[in-house]
Amino acid sequence: MAAGGYLDFEKPILELEKKIREMKEFASGEEIELSSEIVSLERKLQKLQNEIFSKLSRWQRVQLARHPNRPYTLDYISHIFTDFIELHGDRGYADDKAVVCGFVKLDGQKALVVGQQKGRDTKTKLMRNFGMMHPEGYRKALRLMKTAAHFGVPIFIFIDTPGAYPGLQAEERGQAEAIARNIREMSVLPVPIIITIIGEGASGGALGIGVGDVLLMLENAWYSVISPEGCAAILWRDQAKAPDAAEALKVSAPDLLELKVIDKILPEPTGGAHRNHQLAAQIVKGELLASLAQLKQLSTQELLQRRLDKFRSIGIYDEI
Amino acid sequence: MEWFRRKPQPPPTERKEIPDGLWTKCNSCGEIIYVRELEKSLWVCRKCSYHFRIRPEDYMAILLDEGSFQEYDAGLVSLDPLGFRDSKKYPDRIADARRKTMKNDAVICGIATMAGRQVSFAVMDFSFIGGSMGSVVGEKISRAIERAIDRLIPLVIVSCSGGARMQEGILSLLQMAKTSALLARLAQTKAPYVSILTNPTTAGVMASYASLGDVIIAEPGALLGFAGRRVIEQTIGQKLPDDFQTSEFFMNHGFLDKIVPRPELRSTVSSLLDYMSS
Ligand SMILES: [Zn+2]
Repeated sequence: MAAGGYLDFEKPILELEKKIREMKEFASGEEIELSSEIVSLERKLQKLQNEIFSKLSRWQRVQLARHPNRPYTLDYISHIFTDFIELHGDRGYADDKAVVCGFVKLDGQKALVVGQQKGRDTKTKLMRNFGMMHPEGYRKALRLMKTAAHFGVPIFIFIDTPGAYPGLQAEERGQAEAIARNIREMSVLPVPIIITIIGEGASGGALGIGVGDVLLMLENAWYSVISPEGCAAILWRDQAKAPDAAEALKVSAPDLLELKVIDKILPEPTGGAHRNHQLAAQIVKGELLASLAQLKQLSTQELLQRRLDKFRSIGIYDEI
Repeated sequence: MEWFRRKPQPPPTERKEIPDGLWTKCNSCGEIIYVRELEKSLWVCRKCSYHFRIRPEDYMAILLDEGSFQEYDAGLVSLDPLGFRDSKKYPDRIADARRKTMKNDAVICGIATMAGRQVSFAVMDFSFIGGSMGSVVGEKISRAIERAIDRLIPLVIVSCSGGARMQEGILSLLQMAKTSALLARLAQTKAPYVSILTNPTTAGVMASYASLGDVIIAEPGALLGFAGRRVIEQTIGQKLPDDFQTSEFFMNHGFLDKIVPRPELRSTVSSLLDYMSS
């Protein structure tokens, strides 16, 4: 990450954009005919963008998924839904602010939304624990998902976490148990569950709210068994090898589509979701509406059988 | 309760813990022990109760009725879905492990009887790439759960694993969902599930089927938990207590039903199954 909230590979694009902006300002003030030059620069910009974004490495996508201006769960909630009522707490220990839960309406249809939330500035980053949930977060999410299921309310999940929090107290309060229980219970919740990976999908921390009927993934999101840094530290004994690990682990959306792990890749606005939150949210909203309409056609029994079959079939092996 | 006083254990490795010679030294207290005697005590140190890591076959001998075990799905072998390579190519790593262990992957599954009662049984093998769970382990555990569902017989799993197998990427992670989804179906029947945790049971295995038993028991002094000790120390910037993430730690925090020394494992599991069967 370069200073000023942009990625190194975004720099030439941002510079060209600045130049075009300046030229437009200058032209309007001085009544000088620059339109042909502006058009040619804009063409150049588009070409440059296509060049950079058509061949992103997996590591570049990981960086985009972590972009400081990337839309987070609450951004999607405000752009996609109405009538959001946030609900808190696991009724046992605490309210984990790394996960946001609440009732919402999607074009008038009732739903529960559950999503990991990161902060933008130091204060909110700490408050949200960088999107890393504790056991009470998984328990809060499960409690509310069960409430939703009880009242026949479908569930939308947004995944964006660098991992479940690895801490002393998280272990004391049963991080493994909380994640295991969520995975098991979500597999039999009798309402549609639509999951969108909007940013980072790190390991058990993501899977702990990641079992459902439809798995959507934004173009530049990542999802893996371990973070590239974690994998590099273990297998290469060097965190700096994270870009290699990202390649080896095949963490990108196209990889996961090929492995039949996700159902669909959602395109991001040119330059990444951070360039246009509203457009990114519109794209997601369209898919949520379509997926929900599809799942609502199914009986509960069909829905649950389909969900079981989906996960039961994952795995590649040989039988000799 | 000797094991409460033992020193912290060295981190588990893939090295063979069972010595070949006549005499061996206890990993925990340093006592020199006659191997024959260790065998008789089921590889538990007489002085300090340290539980040596033992082979899957040893657990079968300890837990199952002699000659009752019928293996299933032994022919499942790993492929290389990602074309993964670190210091070694994944297929080479698998080939080495198969040669070294004479097994096809990190779990053995089948049907057996325990005190005359038919059970679906699975035992993990740490010597096969750290007992890691990839597609094969996930599939074999899934089939073991399905056998318990189909026959309405108890499920007993002896876990010993460092977690999901990185070399199969996301497919390894989703074996947690596959096995847990089937355990949700098992939970809808009256077939009980006893999960036995041995040293170590951590990460993806601990955060899925190992933590989902109707009853969860652990051997004394086993390393259990979700995140690795080093990662936690780096994250919170402080040293962790010696007993952190041991069986005793999780017992005290309410996540285990019971800590059972190895010599009592067979009778305890049998009694539990008796209580949970009609
Ligand atoms: Zn000893």
